[in-house]
Amino acid sequence: MWEALQFDFMRQAVVASVLVSILCGIMGSYVVVNRISFISGGIAHAAYGGVGASIFFGIPIMLGTGLFALAVGVLIAILSFRHKERVDTIIGVIWALGMAVGVILLDKSPGFKGDILSYLFGNILLVNKTDTYALLAIDVVAIILISVFYKEFMAISFDREFAMVIGIPTLRLYILLICLISISIVTIIKIVGILLVVALLTIPPLIAEKFVKSLGKMMVLSSFFIMFFSILGLQISYKFNLPAGACIIIVASLSFLITRFLK
Amino acid sequence: MEYAIEMKGVCFSYGDSPVLEDVDLFVKKGEFLAILGPNGGGKTTLLKLILGLLVPQKGEIRLLGKTPISTRHRVGYLPQERDFNLSFPITVEELARMGRLGKVGRDGKSKAKDDEAVQEVLELVGLWDKRDWPISNLSGGQRQRAFIARALATSPEILLLDEPTSNVDPEFQTDLYQILVELNKRITIVVITHDIGVISSHVKSVACVNRHLTFHEEGQITEAMLSKAYPCPVDLVAHGIPHRVFHRHP
Repeated sequence: MWEALQFDFMRQAVVASVLVSILCGIMGSYVVVNRISFISGGIAHAAYGGVGASIFFGIPIMLGTGLFALAVGVLIAILSFRHKERVDTIIGVIWALGMAVGVILLDKSPGFKGDILSYLFGNILLVNKTDTYALLAIDVVAIILISVFYKEFMAISFDREFAMVIGIPTLRLYILLICLISISIVTIIKIVGILLVVALLTIPPLIAEKFVKSLGKMMVLSSFFIMFFSILGLQISYKFNLPAGACIIIVASLSFLITRFLK
Repeated sequence: MEYAIEMKGVCFSYGDSPVLEDVDLFVKKGEFLAILGPNGGGKTTLLKLILGLLVPQKGEIRLLGKTPISTRHRVGYLPQERDFNLSFPITVEELARMGRLGKVGRDGKSKAKDDEAVQEVLELVGLWDKRDWPISNLSGGQRQRAFIARALATSPEILLLDEPTSNVDPEFQTDLYQILVELNKRITIVVITHDIGVISSHVKSVACVNRHLTFHEEGQITEAMLSKAYPCPVDLVAHGIPHRVFHRHP
């Protein structure tokens, strides 16, 4: 590992993984306790439309994809809030539609399109300084919002109807929560790619769930797990010259199986 | 006369299937009303309409004289237990504290008041010593107590309880109705229940709901009422419960 750290891109990758881990441990815990991994999958895949749109219109990809994911998040939040019983079908449609839009826009984009596969499978080694600063800013804003609304988010996650009855602005907070999840998804796309987002978001909190009794501790423990999986995955990827995203997910999945087997 | 709950000509259906038809219900302040009826008869729907969680297709509902949405934070609500994610990482105290969020006690809300209210309700339901337990470690009955504590933590003017004694040990059933009788001195209580036995010696009035609602001013439950509320004959037999089920005979 230390040998790998002599390369600037490796150092960037490690710093970025730590920053992403903090956010994803927190938001992944919400995904698990709310049982909305399908919603997260929908947002992640629909975000491909954002990748396509960014390249087509020539705007920075992370910015364009982030805004697109936010829009999808708001839409899914409102629809899933209003039509609880139809929600899986609606998300399925948005999931596919976003990807289709992405494919068409990329096809119609002139010139160099970059490494499209890196969006599907991630490439943490392409993280640059600007990305790192953006990740840091996102982490800070998200942590502030979560600490302000921690109890309210817990109430709407646990029992939405009770939250409505006691006068918590449930829909608005639910939209905010899904938006934070959308942003965290865009940051993970950078590391493991669209196709593997849900795994990195949900496996660590699922492991953590067995060891803790409060949501806050679940978040902290999940963040540490993601950090550990990412750094170990990166090391394996460096040593054996394998794709980093896939290595991280394999480390995470094996850890999940081992802890389930032991506990 | 100001009513705690008023429903006039309320109709509600999910899609094409009517759940409640032409329901009139007037609950006085200080009332202790039991709602009986078969599963799927519309009892929970009735409660959700009162809370403004569902909107009726026809009719009018007033809660404490105003629209449900504007006054529902003054209600302590106990939902049915089967709707919860019981592996949720939350402790008993965190659950009770949830009752102090939102608009609850908005004037003069303080940390000290919240702490006091949470301790008071947890002691009342006998869970203060288990306040650090995650709810996943509780028995069915203990969990129900924790949810009742949350409803009471809102310092409600009305309590709406949806099957508070399901999954609860018989001992707590007795305790619960003692607590409710005590609370009823200052709070209006509406309770959906299936245990006709324990409750009928405590309530002041009964409503039978099976698509239509029949209100009975008297608290005593009779066979005629039950045959109207339930599609099949129900026997009024006390199962050796150490309670007076029927009023004293002359």
